[in-house]
Amino acid sequence: MKILSIETSCEHASVALLLDGETVERTLEGHSNHSERLLPTLKTLLAEAGVALGSLDAVAFGAGPGAFTGLRLACGVAQGLAMGADLGVAPICSLEALALQGRGDSIYVATDARMGEVYSAACRLSHGLPVMLAPPTCCPPEMLALPAEGRWTGIGSAFAVYGDRIPQEVLDRLGPQQQDAVPRAADVARLAVRLVEGGALVAAEVAAPLYVRDKVALTTAERLARGGRA
Amino acid sequence: MRVLGIESSCDETGVAVFDVEAGLLGHCVHSQIDLHATYGGVVPELASRDHIRRLPALVRQVLAESGCSLAQIDAIAYTAGPGLAGALLVGASYAEALGMSLGVPVLPVHHLEGHLLSPLLSADPPEFPFVALLVSGGHTQLMQVTGVGEYVLLGESLDDAAGEAFDKTAKLIGLGYPGGPQLARLAERGHPGRFRLPRPMLKSGDLDFSFSGLKTAVLNVVSGPEWKPEDAADLAADFQDAAVDVLCAKALKALELTGLSRLVVAGGVGANRQLRQRLDVATRRKGWRVYYPEPELCTDNGAMIAFAGARRLAAGEVPGMACAVKVHPRWPLAALRAPGAA
Repeated sequence: MKILSIETSCEHASVALLLDGETVERTLEGHSNHSERLLPTLKTLLAEAGVALGSLDAVAFGAGPGAFTGLRLACGVAQGLAMGADLGVAPICSLEALALQGRGDSIYVATDARMGEVYSAACRLSHGLPVMLAPPTCCPPEMLALPAEGRWTGIGSAFAVYGDRIPQEVLDRLGPQQQDAVPRAADVARLAVRLVEGGALVAAEVAAPLYVRDKVALTTAERLARGGRA
Repeated sequence: MRVLGIESSCDETGVAVFDVEAGLLGHCVHSQIDLHATYGGVVPELASRDHIRRLPALVRQVLAESGCSLAQIDAIAYTAGPGLAGALLVGASYAEALGMSLGVPVLPVHHLEGHLLSPLLSADPPEFPFVALLVSGGHTQLMQVTGVGEYVLLGESLDDAAGEAFDKTAKLIGLGYPGGPQLARLAERGHPGRFRLPRPMLKSGDLDFSFSGLKTAVLNVVSGPEWKPEDAADLAADFQDAAVDVLCAKALKALELTGLSRLVVAGGVGANRQLRQRLDVATRRKGWRVYYPEPELCTDNGAMIAFAGARRLAAGEVPGMACAVKVHPRWPLAALRAPGAA
């Protein structure tokens, strides 16, 4: 199994190559030039491993949720590589990838969605890999809620940023949180394995970012209703 | 040599295949006008989202219509700027990755160079040198063009672009988005002369433009006590008259000052019928000639990008193989160099 993966959903970007269970990962330092370093780093990664793009089983990318521009960078690059080399694409939820770093088998992922909101998802391990109990959501930290049962491991940037706004009953059931963890390309590649094995890869033209936050502007009618101008 | 062209700088996704010997093999534009209409203008984030949703499928469609496979593509050209950063990044990410994966050169192209060279794609193309009037929703510029990549800025708008003034004026008199073309249609039913609108910078002595004062004058009319909505057609006619007066006068003056006899008009406003009539009449009188792109290539499209890329590659430009996804939301056209020049 050979999978190339890209994860640029936050300022700590990385790329990875999975070769028969082993992963090699490279981080892209510096927030401003992810986009300039991304393809050259992928090229070097492939060259060092002696792997041709065409021999890959899939191109995987962290689909989000996360920074919109970063999601499109990863998606656009995955689309381009996949179309040129005739490969399938594995869009992987970045929160699920982050959950792979969580300790325990009940993991609650919450990342900073900016604009005073949080992306979150509750995951349970199944055959050693996290599975989301429901699609990720975007909400103010005050609205975060854990599934009914048990203790959970908290992971993600939201805990450091919004610790004072997350409900106490959530924090009480979480225990210590892994606040510094970020989604990693190596984990994106690991999660892509099950899509390859399950025949669930998608064509480049179907691969899309997972924005979760879908309301990004007000229509003219909505602005007028709020007393604004057309 | 076959070049795949990709355009995603604003609210139109364009893809084309241009063959240096056979010409344009195919092209298609997906317009986002309907998407942005309910917002009253282009929402950059929504534009980016639509580009990435459409682009790969559009590439497949255009390749199929061109009877061309990806393996037959020799180079990729994409719009690297100027434009909306997020929208540009979609085209750049996809194009650079596709190029790396196919092992073909990838060329970042200046959006306005695409517009400026687009009349060369028509059945009766102009020869160099010429004066180019670039008029769109984002730009109003006069350039002296002596060859591919040889552009001298003669003058430009100091505030709103001409197309922007058309759109904003349309909004002021209650037309939908994008109002420019609607305003022009309304103007044809109106009678100019009722409203005294300024001709900003008509006598400034240089080749610069200003359109925001004209828009303000319209605002004063429609917010005045005597304004009646049934006068909209007449006001539209007066606005169009004023804008066309200035565009024509400056374009003619540019020909006079440069001593050139060919004028190229490109960009969305270049489709304006009154502008074309006025320029045609005025230049014929002097023995000059105006060249326009084919009507379908007036707005943003991938064909002009594929063509500009092909011309540069044919002229010896060596594209870097850096695979850097890098866009230039602000990028002066005069900063370009001729292919092969240091």
